[in-house]
Amino acid sequence: MNSQVEVVVTGTGATTPLGGDVASTWEALLAGRSGVRRIEADHPWVDEFDLPVKIAAPLAVDPLEVMPRVEARRLDRAEQVAMIAAREAWAQAGLGEPGDAQVDPERLGVVIGTGIGGVTTLLTQDDLLERTGLRKVSPLTVPMLMPNGPAAWVGIEFGARAGVHSPVSACATGAEALHWAMKLLRAGEVDVVLAGGAEACIAGITVAGFVQARTLSRRNDDPERASRPFDVDRDGFVLAEGAGVMVLERADFAAARGATVLGRLAGTALTADAYHITGPEPEGEGQARAIAKSVRDAGLEPADVGHVNCHATSTVAGDVGETRAVRKALGDHPVLTAPKSALGHMVGAAGAVESIVTLLSIKEGIIPATLNLEKLDPGVTLDVVAGEPRKMDLAAAVCDSFGFGGHNAAVTFTRV
Amino acid sequence: MADNTEILSGLAEIVEEVAGIDPPEVTVEKSFVDDLDIDSLSMVEIAVQAEDKFGVKIPDDQLAELKTVGDAVDYIAKNQ
Repeated sequence: MNSQVEVVVTGTGATTPLGGDVASTWEALLAGRSGVRRIEADHPWVDEFDLPVKIAAPLAVDPLEVMPRVEARRLDRAEQVAMIAAREAWAQAGLGEPGDAQVDPERLGVVIGTGIGGVTTLLTQDDLLERTGLRKVSPLTVPMLMPNGPAAWVGIEFGARAGVHSPVSACATGAEALHWAMKLLRAGEVDVVLAGGAEACIAGITVAGFVQARTLSRRNDDPERASRPFDVDRDGFVLAEGAGVMVLERADFAAARGATVLGRLAGTALTADAYHITGPEPEGEGQARAIAKSVRDAGLEPADVGHVNCHATSTVAGDVGETRAVRKALGDHPVLTAPKSALGHMVGAAGAVESIVTLLSIKEGIIPATLNLEKLDPGVTLDVVAGEPRKMDLAAAVCDSFGFGGHNAAVTFTRV
Repeated sequence: MADNTEILSGLAEIVEEVAGIDPPEVTVEKSFVDDLDIDSLSMVEIAVQAEDKFGVKIPDDQLAELKTVGDAVDYIAKNQ
């Protein structure tokens, strides 16, 4: 181990296309269920604009089912999911009642980002402005659409006065949030951080934009088989929504208050491709640097890492390049899986939810299978878990996330 | 034209919708900010809904003067 401050995970929370909390999401992942379905019944814009993509992975549990009505009407959907995930994580960490918690508010931080922000609010309020004029525009429009909104609401909820931060790096956001949380903890600025990502951007304009970038699967006639990372017949990702939040704390602080430790956040790293605004650098050099640096940051050798929870979104270019990056960084031995095959792509939440999955794989000794992997792309030479979950004793695992803009994030978890 | 009792119950419905406060709590002596814990953003929403419901105009400078529920009832009664 290195001499850095040790950071542990004491709470996890999520709401995803597979379940309204971590336990139901994890159970569904192990059972091989898919969160992808047709959406035109709920979203009239699909037919209105004759969009070629009619599938997505919406939340399994609508926030309005678990959140008081008046609170929900003040929060954009991305803020709602952040709050739901944060409450679950906080409760599991056993930190007590907000306002009378086991952590000094001035030692409690929040790092929660979103890739897109409150796009549904922006659209709804713009419609109101255009159709009815100024009067009907909500005074909450700006706080609902601002990308720091999810973090800000969580900060208010739990009285986090050490600082509230909102990294934004598209699909790498959730993992990047864990990186900055780690930095705050190691720098001694905080004892506890609520860290993660939130996204709720299933809307006409985002789907249209992703369609025009040629990134989404059009397998409308077979939604559950649309997201198929590493499969030779993959044709793009499936847009999803959700949130994932971890409670991270200094190990000594967690020990002093007798908290149950779920695992260690042992290392984190960020790099950038500085290459193309959407496409990954083809050799995966920047991705490989992020993975390798995160493992070094954890004080580990590549041989110590048995598993990589991949970003693998099911796009033609991305998936194979990522496996090259893993090989370059760690070698041939890590066993891979791609949870987006079941969850879809939660954009700014993906890295946070998948980090929780990675942590659980270490804790429970089992790796969920990549769904729909029927014929492995010949460009992939590593071992990908498919068909059934695989039991595996894991001391350390990496979760990586990459985002439009050339952002590469990798986080390394280890067993307690 | 609504009488004061109707205005009060109509206002209470709006306050319930916007801020989730039980209608019986919304009584004339209550301050929106100090007693009902309604923030300035919610007050804007309440004013817009009250304008629609009672057919009045509540300009911003007037809104700032409506400290209590009773102030709002009186203003609406006078201006509807």
